[in-house]
Amino acid sequence: MGIDRRSFLKIVGLSALGVSSGAWEVLQPGEVDAAHGHGAVEHAAKAATRWAMVVDMRRCKDEKGCTKCIDACRLVHNIPVIENPKREVKWIWKELYEHAFPDTHNEYMADEFKETPFILMCNHCDNPPCVRVCPTKATFKRPDGIVAMDYHRCIGCRFCMAACPYGSRNLNWIDPRPYIRKINPEFPTRMKGVVEKCNFCVERLAQGLMPACVDACHCGALVFGNLNDPESNVRRILRKNVSMRRKPELGTHPCVFYLV
Amino acid sequence: MYDTGKIIIGLAIFVGLVTSPFWLNKGKAAPKPTPKLDTPVIQQLEKKECVESRAYMRAAHMQLLNEWRDQALRKGERTYINKKGEKIKISLQNTCMKCHSNKKEFCDTCHNYTDIKPYCWDCHFIPEGRKTWASTEGHS
Amino acid sequence: MIEKALKGGPRYWAWISFLLLVIAIGFMFYLRQLSTGLGITGMSRDISWGVYIAQFTYLVGVAAGAVMLVMPKYLHGYKRYGEIIIFGEFLAIAAVTMCLLFIVADLGQPMRLMNVLLHPTPNSILFWDMIVLNGYLLINLIVGYNTILAMRKNVPPPGWIKPFIYLSIPWAFSIHTVTAFLYCGLPGRHAWLTAIMAPRFLASAFASGPAFLVILLMIIKRVTKWSPDPEAIQNVARTICYAMIANLFFLGLEFFTAFYSQIPGHMHPLKYLFWGLWGYNSLVPWMRVSIIAGLIGVFIMLIPPLRRKEGFLILGCAAIVLGTWIDKGVGLVIGGFIPNPFEKITEYQPTLPEISITLAIWATGFLILTVLYKMVIYLKERDLAVE
Repeated sequence: MGIDRRSFLKIVGLSALGVSSGAWEVLQPGEVDAAHGHGAVEHAAKAATRWAMVVDMRRCKDEKGCTKCIDACRLVHNIPVIENPKREVKWIWKELYEHAFPDTHNEYMADEFKETPFILMCNHCDNPPCVRVCPTKATFKRPDGIVAMDYHRCIGCRFCMAACPYGSRNLNWIDPRPYIRKINPEFPTRMKGVVEKCNFCVERLAQGLMPACVDACHCGALVFGNLNDPESNVRRILRKNVSMRRKPELGTHPCVFYLV
Repeated sequence: MYDTGKIIIGLAIFVGLVTSPFWLNKGKAAPKPTPKLDTPVIQQLEKKECVESRAYMRAAHMQLLNEWRDQALRKGERTYINKKGEKIKISLQNTCMKCHSNKKEFCDTCHNYTDIKPYCWDCHFIPEGRKTWASTEGHS
Repeated sequence: MIEKALKGGPRYWAWISFLLLVIAIGFMFYLRQLSTGLGITGMSRDISWGVYIAQFTYLVGVAAGAVMLVMPKYLHGYKRYGEIIIFGEFLAIAAVTMCLLFIVADLGQPMRLMNVLLHPTPNSILFWDMIVLNGYLLINLIVGYNTILAMRKNVPPPGWIKPFIYLSIPWAFSIHTVTAFLYCGLPGRHAWLTAIMAPRFLASAFASGPAFLVILLMIIKRVTKWSPDPEAIQNVARTICYAMIANLFFLGLEFFTAFYSQIPGHMHPLKYLFWGLWGYNSLVPWMRVSIIAGLIGVFIMLIPPLRRKEGFLILGCAAIVLGTWIDKGVGLVIGGFIPNPFEKITEYQPTLPEISITLAIWATGFLILTVLYKMVIYLKERDLAVE
């Protein structure tokens, strides 16, 4: 044979490419017959809604360590309860003031403030750094302002976890199913390797319900509404009371407001 | 030809390995899958029809599910209008699996036959599987 | 010519077997990671990037370091580097391959890797990182492959690779700048949110990459019949020296900004790393060793009588490799997460599976490097025999 090894390998490589590109055509699934074809998706009219949450800390007094909002969220969304804090998954949780608002250090603050745990969750920022960094758009901003997660697309790179200035995001380090205390069969679980966080109960909003935590709070400390409607509950509260947000200097424009 | 002996032996081993599925199974054919549609919910239906026609579903149920996934999760549009104009709520767990609650006798028969292991069940609940914790149940 | 890698003495095969063993063990652990999840590592909700990303960050620097030889040779006609540049290019190939492997090993859902290509997101720096890393790998493969073909025939490389070589110069800067952008654009991480992150990365890269290369060349000198031009090595050593001085200087600048401004958010990460904070101090010994190693390295490289002695040269380069590895990997990546957004501290310690997978990927890189270098050495020794 008059051919040398390198040329032979090049020919084999190119032929394999040629064959596989031809074979690709054959392997494609056939065109779906239009006669059996499928329908279309109904496009709901979208008003310009912008969902927001007001946490009224004057009403949330943490009586006897109340965790109704946290428990409701866990139940509705099949959130695992993992003891090891390194692996925990929390969509809504409590932090003391100095940890919720760490850059507003004040040694002479009222004792009541120092000891009452604040309710924290994803802030569904208007300018979310997590959405900016996601390489697959697995986390994305909906038109109604909610920062949503597509668990099917997430590759688990955890860039969003590094980007979030509020520590709201969780990776499923292990399979969460064994740690779910009580199952809600209406809502799926998540698999290991994807990131999750509070979703402002989009699936409940779609049915016209309030988020689970808001429904569960018996003190009326959690108020959920439409920021774009000047007469909504949240706008009226924000007009009348002094409110604050976490780390506003970062320009993320969070949509969770705290009344103190 | 250089190294004739080594090449012939190598070729023989290669042919043996590549054709191994055939002679290892010694000509056995797995039986044709027979998905069962006799779930309580289906039996109570007046018109025994799925979201779309059987032929379409058989060919393209995964394409439909992918479309549903993007429409419901990414666009927030949770109502699907099928070819007949009926409105269907988009949900694998609460629409599809409500009727087809017998995953082992329905979904798995064809999936096992074609050796497909969809990992949908890692997250979406299998109707009877809720009682046991099985992220592996999707790979039955 | 890859078959040259199949010919070697007992020491060579012992080395290859060792590498294959490390790879096999790490691969077993990786299979466990695929089935159990990233929970088998030491990462946590607070420290969501660990050893894997730390190695990736360091190795991008090593890959970019090759530009410190390409620039003098091709932009400024410094011909002495001519015979060692191919080693730098092959080091870049091995380093970038390791980077890509570390990224894949770090993913929670690696089977969905293609989503980054299927759903391109130009506003995400990870997207650009993927592009620049793969581009740099491609450039070095094209240039390296053609160079070695030309060496085989003892002709100069074809002229058409010159544009690729010139492209590789800004591209090398870009791979490390983009990697720095992964960190320095994130609000809320005070340790990372600094404009000097990219310059620090580059200075560290231009010290660690060539230092790595010098160590490899000295090893080649010991185990093969070929040895590099001592003057060329000395010039690389001077480059390493200045780059490391810049690196330490930039670190000093960070200290000044943090401690003169007295802003807690800026001070806390540095305090944690170098002195311990709120009772947590597991990284303090590491960071202090890193500074001492860096200073030893600079001292040796700065003083010609020391630098010209081979033993000291290798020691100096090793010190710089160690210092930059700790500074970038441990100090920067882990330190950036501490304290967490709630001003609390969770510490990090890699687990055995994590370390094993890391070593396996390093071993893969060394395997690639060994195979590639074997080809070059074969050609160099062949030319020596002819002379």
